[in-house]
Amino acid sequence: MADHDHSDHPAHASELSEMQLRVRALETVLAEKGYIDHAALDAMIEAYETRIGPHTGAAVVAKAWTDPAFKQVLLADATKAVQSLGLISRVGDHLIAVENTPATHNMIVCTLCSCYPWEVLGLPPVWYKSAPYRSRAVNDPRGVLGDFGVSLPRDVQIRVWDSTAETRFIVLPMRPAATEGWNDERLAALVTRDCMIGTGLPKSPEDAA
Amino acid sequence: MDGIHDMGGMHGFGKVAPEKDEPVFHASWEGRCLALNRAMGAIGAWSIDEGRAGIEALPPDVYLASSYYGKWALRLENMVIARGLAGADEIAAGHALRSSNRLNRKLQTADVPRTLARGSFGRTPQAAARFKVGDRVRTKNIHPPTHTRLPRYARDRRGVIEAIRGCHVFPDSVAIGAGENPQWLYTVLFEGRELWGENSDPTLKVSIEAFEPYLDPAS
Repeated sequence: MADHDHSDHPAHASELSEMQLRVRALETVLAEKGYIDHAALDAMIEAYETRIGPHTGAAVVAKAWTDPAFKQVLLADATKAVQSLGLISRVGDHLIAVENTPATHNMIVCTLCSCYPWEVLGLPPVWYKSAPYRSRAVNDPRGVLGDFGVSLPRDVQIRVWDSTAETRFIVLPMRPAATEGWNDERLAALVTRDCMIGTGLPKSPEDAA
Repeated sequence: MDGIHDMGGMHGFGKVAPEKDEPVFHASWEGRCLALNRAMGAIGAWSIDEGRAGIEALPPDVYLASSYYGKWALRLENMVIARGLAGADEIAAGHALRSSNRLNRKLQTADVPRTLARGSFGRTPQAAARFKVGDRVRTKNIHPPTHTRLPRYARDRRGVIEAIRGCHVFPDSVAIGAGENPQWLYTVLFEGRELWGENSDPTLKVSIEAFEPYLDPAS
């Protein structure tokens, strides 16, 4: 990264925040003691900033919308299904896809920390890791949906999955209406990160236009 | 541990505030902090469960006042010191004062791809699963002062086994250095009213991923 801060720039030290200084001290000490290599950290950060993100999950959802056999494998064993697409080098074990239907809406949370399917959705947004989401998702999911501007009919069952172990969940949202004949690429553009967490719905063709 | 981290069902934290076009990191130190933590985990400085216990060990006021990566930085600092991987004096000085690598391992660029995939937590079972799909269970009323993955809101509650997820490393054991002690893992489904009482949203169902030692049979 161009702006990483382990190099010996003397000029701006006074501008560094307390956290920057603290983390820099840790990195310097751990590198000097031989536990880590600065370039390895650069490579990890670069991967999370450029390669690992919700575009992977969106491609998986679009594929499931157009390929019934794939969807069946996805719902049975999401790790295997996602691995078969070859989008990422190695999919972690215990990935589980849960399907939204007209009767049931799924929402994913981790009340105890911030477990999240990094490989298919990237790093979690700040709100997912925040106290308001972690506290309310399990007892007021409709209120949480309201914070996202989403309102579901009163007769829809809300199913909340608390990620309390090393299983990881991704929501398979319902395919938007009026997308008949669309290819995977066009469909993937409708799939938002939030709709794969369950705090949003896919974009409609009008939204995406 | 009945700590501040166990937030499910708490009131008073306000609305969820999604950020439009949120960047992956809000400052460069956040990325460095994430990578440092992942790197130390990857060379075996601590397990994921010991790392979580390290976050939960932060005092409640510090936990609430710190950002996500702020907590990770404090945890990293505390754990490298507690495990003798670096000294508090060295971190304060911002440089190593003694040459030592107690793990004799170093994370290098070539190792990075494997750090980006999650590990496997499934293990060979030592015994048959006690429960089957559809069984009624009651979660135990436990309050260990150490790390556990049974949230407070789901203790002493009646639910149904919805799925068996295999036999997994048991966090409660790993986090206290007592080995993997693999246990069967289940998805247990609760009615909203069982968790939150009569005023619960009647359309709500919540599941947790529960290890077998958390569960008793229920009629």
